Amino acid sequence: MQIIFDKVNYIYGKGTAFERHALKDISFCINKGEFIGLIGHTGSGKSTLIQHMNGLIKASSGSIYFNGEDIYAQGYNMKQLRSKVGLVFQYPEHQLFETTVFKDVVFGPLNLGLDKLEAELRAYEALRMVGISDDLLDASPFELSGGQKRRVAIAGVLAMKPEVLILDEPTAGLDPRGRDDILDQVTKLHEEAGMTIILVTHSMEDVACYCDRLFVMNNGELVFQNPTKEVFAHYKELEEMHLAAPQVTYVMNMLKEKGWNVSCDATTVEEARDEIIRALGSMH
Amino acid sequence: MIRDITIGQYYPADSILHRLDPRVKLLGTFLFIISLFLFKSFFGYIVVFIFFASAIGLSKVPLRFILRGMKAVLVLFIFTVFFNLFFLPGEEIFRWGIIRITDNGLYKALFMGIRLSFLILGSSLMTFTTTPNQLTDGLEKALKPLNYIKVPVHEIAMMMSIALRFIPILMEETDKIMKAQMARGADFETGGLLKRAKSLIPLLVPLFVSAFRRANDLAMAMEARCYRGGTGRTKMKPLCYKGRDYAAYTIIAIYLGLIIGTKLLERAGLLFYL
Repeated sequence: MQIIFDKVNYIYGKGTAFERHALKDISFCINKGEFIGLIGHTGSGKSTLIQHMNGLIKASSGSIYFNGEDIYAQGYNMKQLRSKVGLVFQYPEHQLFETTVFKDVVFGPLNLGLDKLEAELRAYEALRMVGISDDLLDASPFELSGGQKRRVAIAGVLAMKPEVLILDEPTAGLDPRGRDDILDQVTKLHEEAGMTIILVTHSMEDVACYCDRLFVMNNGELVFQNPTKEVFAHYKELEEMHLAAPQVTYVMNMLKEKGWNVSCDATTVEEARDEIIRALGSMH
Repeated sequence: MIRDITIGQYYPADSILHRLDPRVKLLGTFLFIISLFLFKSFFGYIVVFIFFASAIGLSKVPLRFILRGMKAVLVLFIFTVFFNLFFLPGEEIFRWGIIRITDNGLYKALFMGIRLSFLILGSSLMTFTTTPNQLTDGLEKALKPLNYIKVPVHEIAMMMSIALRFIPILMEETDKIMKAQMARGADFETGGLLKRAKSLIPLLVPLFVSAFRRANDLAMAMEARCYRGGTGRTKMKPLCYKGRDYAAYTIIAIYLGLIIGTKLLERAGLLFYL
């Protein structure tokens, strides 16, 4: 088990008028190589949760283990942790600051204390991974398009060669093409490099398509941490938390109500298609 | 750490002080601050203390929260008291090695300490009970007469409220960018002065870029709503005095009377030994 949370609590602004219990008794394990989806409505504690994973926020109580080591133990190397657990914030393009794309991506690996050659190699590799072509390496990051900027920012994290990659709504505000590009690259990292991925998103379709397991947050509590299909079977409860299941799930449930002999656990369009064809075949 | 600074913060509560017209609070604070510098004897500060303590009581802001505001100016406070205490000439009352305290020094140190803390606590009590918007509204209305000598009061008030509105936004943004860079291994805390100054570049560049972007967006949004300055502009919630505001003015007037009376007594030398 790569990441373990044991009864983690976090309270904002303790002792002031603004006190808020942002995480309540969160416990879970994440195994190496999993693809986890994290959903929850705005303000449910998703961002707070992921910032605990690389030690940017310290829990008020409870413990967190990464690769078997307690990250709050004395003398634990936080910098090391942050390079192993790469966190891509929402709108990561807002953190670009260097004069060229390449220099910006090199920033992370240089901070790790790698020598210049190794850092540059990693930066180059990361930029290739996210599909930034060589002619853009010397461009100013502020001249790029929105989708390109975001990919450069993701490369900035990838260049640190993390074992776990956390992405906070990586597709927000992108056009459909840019969205698919980014998600495809993330899948590639998961499949080819064996990276553990944690994807925070509002899109149930994306979650259904890519994730093995689904974490659902509601008011600071972790309500579900089950395989994706199991979670979507509870779509009525999800709706009460201002969430929803993929549209396909609704279609299948409606068909079933009309008396069709279909199973309702299809979550992607392809699965639904196969299921409907099968049902049609059995009707005749 | 940024959250520890309570000066200038608003403390949401439902109290008579929160509901007062901002102009009353502005004038009250102004007079209160002036009254702090009138006295040379401790007796005067008893009046000041009673007035201020009852204001705190009415405000429903916890005392602990108000006192925390002193933390931000603690260095200045210690500095002032320290220099007054040890370096003023006068009759010696205590000596230990090179350290000596004079009666004059002790007196001045106490005075400065009291004045400074009342000054800070008094002005922060105003901001605790008044939202930045109310504050600028109050200023705008109170300074309206300056329009006749061509001072752009509305524009200044608008700039002030935008600036105040952006403080929390920029603080949040700073926090976010700082974390994002820390996630990339940036280190803001260790190293010498030069290294630390350099480590701020990855924070400051994105912060400025985002400030300009926000300013641009806001300007666009204001233009889209046909904003064109103060002339002929009406308010959604115009300030108007209510009964409690007149009562507060009366109390302030009584306070002023008491202060002047005390001052006169002090002048006449009647309170010299207090």
